Amino acid sequence: MKAPLSWLREYVSLPQSISTLEIEEAFVSVGFEVEGIEERGKDLVGPLVVGKVVSIEQVLGQKKPIRYVGLDCGEGETRFVICGASNFMVGDLVVVSLPGAVLPGNFAIAARQTYGHISNGMICSLREIALGEDHAGIMVLSEGQPGEDAIALLQINDVIFDVAVNPDRGYALSIRGLARELATALKLPYSDPAQSVSPELLESNALGVQVTIDDPTAASVIHIRTLENFDSAAPSPIWMRSRIEKCGMRSISLAVDVTNYVMLELGQPLHAFDAEQITGSLHIRRAIRESEFTTLDNQLRKLAPTDVLVADDLRALALAGTMGGLSSEVTSTTTKLAIEAARFDPISIAKNSRSHRLSSEASRRFERAVDPALSAIASARAVSLLIELGGAKYVGSASAGSVPVGTPIAFDPHFVSRLLGVAVAVETVASHLETVGCSIKVVSGSVWYVTPATWRSDLLTPSDLVEEVGRLVGLNAIEGTLPIGRAAATLSPMQYRKRGVAHHLANRGFAEVYNYPFVSPEMVTTLGFTGARAASFKLANPISEQAPLLRTHLLPGLLDTAKRNLGRGAKDVAIFEIGSVFRDVSKLAHLSPVSTTSRPTAETIADIYASVPPQPLFVASVVVGSLDRSGWWGGGRSFDWSDATQMALDIVELTGNTGVIVQSELAPWHPGRCAEIQVGGKPVAHAGELHPRTLEALGLPPRTCAFAVNLSEVPVLSSKSAKPIFAMPAATQDVSLILEASIPAAKVQAALSSGAGPLLESIVLFDRYENLGDGKVSLAFTLTFRAADRTLTSDEVSGYRESAVQVAARECGAIVRA
Amino acid sequence: MDPSEDAIAFARDDALAAISAAGSLDAIREVKVAHVGDKSPIARANQQLGALTPEQRASFGKIIGQAKNSVVVALEARTRVLEVERDARVLIEERVDLSIPARRTPKGGLHPLTILTNEICDLFLGMGYRVAEGPELEAEWLNFDALNIPADHPARTMQDTLFIEPLDSHLVLRTHTSPVQVRTMLEEKPPIYVICPGRTYRADELDATHTPVFSQVEGLVIDKGITMSDLKGTLDHFARAIFGPEVKTRLRSSFFPFTEPSAEVDFYFNGRWIEWGGCGMVNPKVLVACGIDPEIYSGFAFGMGLERTLMVRHGITDMHDIVEGDMRFSQSFGTGVK
Repeated sequence: MKAPLSWLREYVSLPQSISTLEIEEAFVSVGFEVEGIEERGKDLVGPLVVGKVVSIEQVLGQKKPIRYVGLDCGEGETRFVICGASNFMVGDLVVVSLPGAVLPGNFAIAARQTYGHISNGMICSLREIALGEDHAGIMVLSEGQPGEDAIALLQINDVIFDVAVNPDRGYALSIRGLARELATALKLPYSDPAQSVSPELLESNALGVQVTIDDPTAASVIHIRTLENFDSAAPSPIWMRSRIEKCGMRSISLAVDVTNYVMLELGQPLHAFDAEQITGSLHIRRAIRESEFTTLDNQLRKLAPTDVLVADDLRALALAGTMGGLSSEVTSTTTKLAIEAARFDPISIAKNSRSHRLSSEASRRFERAVDPALSAIASARAVSLLIELGGAKYVGSASAGSVPVGTPIAFDPHFVSRLLGVAVAVETVASHLETVGCSIKVVSGSVWYVTPATWRSDLLTPSDLVEEVGRLVGLNAIEGTLPIGRAAATLSPMQYRKRGVAHHLANRGFAEVYNYPFVSPEMVTTLGFTGARAASFKLANPISEQAPLLRTHLLPGLLDTAKRNLGRGAKDVAIFEIGSVFRDVSKLAHLSPVSTTSRPTAETIADIYASVPPQPLFVASVVVGSLDRSGWWGGGRSFDWSDATQMALDIVELTGNTGVIVQSELAPWHPGRCAEIQVGGKPVAHAGELHPRTLEALGLPPRTCAFAVNLSEVPVLSSKSAKPIFAMPAATQDVSLILEASIPAAKVQAALSSGAGPLLESIVLFDRYENLGDGKVSLAFTLTFRAADRTLTSDEVSGYRESAVQVAARECGAIVRA
Repeated sequence: MDPSEDAIAFARDDALAAISAAGSLDAIREVKVAHVGDKSPIARANQQLGALTPEQRASFGKIIGQAKNSVVVALEARTRVLEVERDARVLIEERVDLSIPARRTPKGGLHPLTILTNEICDLFLGMGYRVAEGPELEAEWLNFDALNIPADHPARTMQDTLFIEPLDSHLVLRTHTSPVQVRTMLEEKPPIYVICPGRTYRADELDATHTPVFSQVEGLVIDKGITMSDLKGTLDHFARAIFGPEVKTRLRSSFFPFTEPSAEVDFYFNGRWIEWGGCGMVNPKVLVACGIDPEIYSGFAFGMGLERTLMVRHGITDMHDIVEGDMRFSQSFGTGVK
């Protein structure tokens, strides 16, 4: 809400000397943030005067129309200036900047020779004196005397505060409300502009347009004031236009300006109908009869039966509280007016506004609740302005509904100190509540009944009252105390896991990234996702239309990010992300509304929880190039499928689990170079080299590797008991086997392990030789044995080796290499 | 050779001369073999002692012993000298350029959001809080309704929410981590002390100061006798831990549907007040919706954006750096080791 200082001063007795900063701090101190301050006229230096056009001579032979204009500026003789605008004629009053004036933008005015004449000043447009954006022509004034100071006449000098108003404080979307807050903050006298209006003088009668509230859920009270003999050609006075424009609105016509002015002044949105277009009475009702309606902005709108309308006996006239209709708009021929002021239901208007994507100055206020007492007052205020400025004659009034009586809140004043943690005297509580308009009935020391003012429909509970007192006491009066938590907790196993994995990867040269989880359908296709990974949740209102899907996997984001890093000149890329993915669209439930007035039943809570899909936590990585680069020490080594697999295995084993590598085929990995890692027979990770075609399609280098571990699927083990460390010497045995190349090495190793007996401490593959021919390979292992209590003899361990080889021979067809 | 005094003296002098002349450890080894080895003149003289009379044996034995001894002593002395010379030479020869950029594990790094989140969690763990987390794709009831944000409340449009199709699935990308607070209140009985970090979403465009995907940390305390003073003290402690011991905070009245009274918290850093987040006393309506009796318990909640916290603390001027995943950004923060 933009509030000009000159207007605030009318209702708050501000000292002349008060600074802009003091006012800003005052607003902030009572919870109103000041988002901007405009010091209007600061960079404008006169003389700026009213001039009357006495002659116009067209300068011929120019590409654009140029006028040589004679002006009466109250100087006794005619002043001549050159002007490029044509929207004025002899007799018009215009704004003239005289030589010596400096206009905003440091534009100095001087007499100068141009278009063959001396131009002795300049006729100004709205934009040139920074009063508005209009630069289509020059300003033509509706009032003023030649030679009069235009800076004063146009009320240019002012300070405009742009005050942020929280949604619970609809009353502050008005000068009336903001002035009240400012007066409270500065402890200065306040005069309520609503109190200078006398609506009781306008009695209801049958002479004007009548009104009924057909649907009492849509509005609580409404007033209609009818006027005739309105002079629609009468201009809005400069003071009114100036205020409307300072508040960020545009002047349109006197009738509309009056409704807007009163709305800015008091906070009550008004609507002016051309009363001749109303058939019968006005009705506040839902759109149960009609399906379409054309609003003032010439848009045909489809209506829903829940929309609230202002209608006459025959048709809809306005989308209530949101926007008027084209058919009953006030035009240049209107003489009979019906002014509507109502207290519409905030939720209904919010729906009107939201479903028609129509946020207006009126709807913004109605949504935030308008003071119901204003309906009579604001409409009466509009009547007196229309009579005074538009020559209108009052016909009569009608009203329906009534101002709801505020419900008293049972309140213990000590609750303030109890909740704020700072001692606030009971007298202070009372005085602050009265300052914000509450009336208090004291039953006992700890039982008060507090009735909020009509404009404070947000005050409903004792906590709301504490907030008001706290706001005026000042929250900075509260000294801090530090409560000692009683959760006595540590991180959860999954939280420890997340940290451990992140540090592990970072210490091994991987950089952590956070990617947006938004994915394009093209990416899903390119990566060849199938099953659960191909069925994504879709956003109804995505940030980017190209990427409306939620990720089912971390790779899409990582691959994009890898590419971005390469594009910025990185030669090697090793990145990882730890994050949730979104799967199982089959769970999309259709919940019915759940009340919040008490804790939902256990079944309802279970339903709500079940409606939320599982979101497993993954860690994934993409690696391009090498982690081991070449240099003066010798050659480097590219990160390959085996590194990816081992990284994934490391992560699984960091958790104390044992992972088993199984050959797999899963897009987007290379079908021959994709490992699945299982724990207890369940897949928990995939790793290897990515599919060459996919890499080509993504513009990534060949041999790019990736791994992904589903951290949620890796079991959390209970703390394990320590293994004793044996001090006896170890005995090693090497074994070299010849096998079919198709036999997985892991299977051979497992066979040897199972055959080697309980004293086997470790088994390590130390060589692999392929060039045997016949599709055979040779694998060489070192088996290390150790006993707890004795030094093993070579006879004993060669026996174990023998039995290990036998199992490998039986299960894998292994032959000992000679 | 007959053992004669002259011969032994000759052999000894010959040996001493050879020792002095030996210029290397290899040479000294040869000298040793030649002059004290089994076939050296002195050794052979010694072997012949057996053929002598006991008187001769004693006198020659002594002469031979003295000769051998002086040779061995000289040999050892010379060996030590040569060893020192060798060591000095080898250590000079083996000298390398230690400043040469050598083979290193490439620099990895945690995203600074991870480092900051861990720091905050550790701070609150130490204060007796638990770290609570929840789903990012969340039920509307938990994200809005239970927090006193009914369907048509303007507060619901305040936060431009990302909705899931179909709309009647009532799933949203959570707009704050507050649904984790609701889940905690539904699942646990007070006293509740939790800190909730996590990713959150709003329908904002990415620019230098905004991102549609951001991170929050929220705190929630529900216990008997909790006051706004407890909130203020906790925020002070939090701000000092994150921004330094000199930092001050201030509360400004504000509005949030889920707290009453509500406030904005600012902190004073590098000479100016900076908006940090929102806070307040938990609205009794929220307690009621979660089945906690507001007559017995009160509580506070606060929440702040981690990106903003990070930007202020580290002087990051462009949000793009935080969201784009350029490795250099994370690498520059290392793993947060102090």
